[in-house]
Amino acid sequence: MANHHENQSMIAPSISLRRRGMDFLVTCAAGGAVVLVLLPLGAVFGYLVYKGVGSINLAFLTETPKPPGETGGGMANAIAGSSLILLLGSLVGVPVGIGAGVYLAEYGRNRLGNLIRFTADVLNGVPSIIVGIVAYGLVVLTQGHFSALAGGVALAIMMIPTITRTTEEMLLLVPNSVREAAYGLGVPRWRTTLSITLRTATSGVITGVMLAFARVAGETAPLLFTAFGNQFWNWKVNQPTAALPLQIFTYAISPYDDWHKQAWAGALILIILIVFSVSAVRFVASRGMLKGAN
Amino acid sequence: MGVGVKVEKLNAWYGKSQALYDITMQAQANHATALIGPSGCGKSTFVRCLNRMHETVPDARADGKVLVGDLSVYNGTTAVQIRRRIGMVFQKPNPFPTMSIYDNVAAGLKLNGFRDHHRLDEIVERSLKHAALWDEVKDTVRKKSGASLSGGQQQRLCIARALAVEPEVLLMDEPCSALDPISTGKIEELIFQLKEKYTIVIVTHNMQQASRVAEFTGFFLLGRLIEFDKTEKIFTTPSDKRTEDYITGRFG
Ligand SMILES: Nc1ncnc2c1ncn2[C@@H]1O[C@H](COP(=O)(O)OP(=O)(O)OP(=O)(O)O)[C@@H](O)[C@H]1O
Ligand SMILES: [Mg+2]
Repeated sequence: MANHHENQSMIAPSISLRRRGMDFLVTCAAGGAVVLVLLPLGAVFGYLVYKGVGSINLAFLTETPKPPGETGGGMANAIAGSSLILLLGSLVGVPVGIGAGVYLAEYGRNRLGNLIRFTADVLNGVPSIIVGIVAYGLVVLTQGHFSALAGGVALAIMMIPTITRTTEEMLLLVPNSVREAAYGLGVPRWRTTLSITLRTATSGVITGVMLAFARVAGETAPLLFTAFGNQFWNWKVNQPTAALPLQIFTYAISPYDDWHKQAWAGALILIILIVFSVSAVRFVASRGMLKGAN
Repeated sequence: MGVGVKVEKLNAWYGKSQALYDITMQAQANHATALIGPSGCGKSTFVRCLNRMHETVPDARADGKVLVGDLSVYNGTTAVQIRRRIGMVFQKPNPFPTMSIYDNVAAGLKLNGFRDHHRLDEIVERSLKHAALWDEVKDTVRKKSGASLSGGQQQRLCIARALAVEPEVLLMDEPCSALDPISTGKIEELIFQLKEKYTIVIVTHNMQQASRVAEFTGFFLLGRLIEFDKTEKIFTTPSDKRTEDYITGRFG
């Protein structure tokens, strides 16, 4: 490489100079773009830490909220509630989303496939409050009360289109020759899809799932009339449940100074939870990967 | 033991365009049969018809009679059954990229429900040795992925993968096109050994290779099998003018 460069500069120094100048400019531009992308993220996180870290203490992480006007208490029940709702949402959304994505990529070159693709894209653009209303109609009205399950269903509906489309894209990136290799060994098509194609695309599919997860983890609107919120602990799937975004919303619009501080702390915890779960999944997934794969 | 392959009036299409016309030939059990011909003449299409890989291409179809031993490939059997008995090495190496070398070789057996890990270890080692790859990868079989190997190593990995399931017939579509002369030599040696157990059909652009490894040779041109005979005969006294032109390098 170095040799190559030297040769060139000996033959035509002016071209080399222009190339180096261009190289420098483009590198700077790319670096600048990176900074521009990272800046808002850094700003948001920095501001959250600045505003919120002072209010995070043991009580905040272990206690339930105090009645309005009293200081102290915490968001432990909301942290637990958010985890429960996200778990329920993922349990429903991830399998359905991946299943639909697999169908689209491997069997979906037909009318039904196009219909599903179109539906997923439209669903992706539906405002989250409307998804909340749908979950309200589907679960809350039939059950007769607000529940963690209703919140989970609302989040699942929001996760499905993202997961479906990214799974499809990732599977389509798997070269056909890999499928052929499996067929050639006498592996049936369904087995090839599950054990070869999906496995080859695992890391991409996980990225899609994490993207969807991170996106819905901070959603407030679809939880307003599904999970509803709760001042107390709740572990039951069919009871109204506190959730971090709801709690943040309630506290932020309250007139109490202490609640404002707690809202900042809640927002910081929410971001940390998202970053933590995404990194944890990535870590576990990467342990199964091999040297040189992807 | 290998079994013979008998082909009668095989025609194949990609959509509306016909790629093979009335191919009739026979590959003898425990012998190697070479297929030669200019690029695009239908050699790959032909071997892919033998194990019904052809029909995995959208809109592609084939008809005719293909017998593998006493098994009729296009009549009364499933493609999956056929492919378990007829192994294939593809023109381009296609290892499973996210699997380890070990899992690549074991894939055919594992995915079809083979669970004896002790035997599996043996089979993987033996197959890799057969494909002349074992010495290069024995320390990293479980750690390195199939995609991390060089092109030639990947092709040998694919050969090992095909051998591991112990097919009766082995189809090799230009298995050496990505290999250096030493590996090519090893593969040719391998083909000699394999003939004891398998029937081999090998596509090659290298006429020396055809004459070295194969007892029979078929010459394809524009989707037709122009001449099929003993290798010696094809390369010394071909009966068709077009075969002679091709092997003497006057075209193709
Ligand atoms: N997937 C496909 N779809 C449509 N046509 C195809 C496809 N694959 C091959 N063909 C056509 O079928 C004919 C035979 O192709 P084939 O791949 O069998 O040639 P080949 O003899 O193996 O050539 P090569 O030596 O270059 O590998 C060619 O004209 C090619 O254009
Ligand atoms: Mg070919």
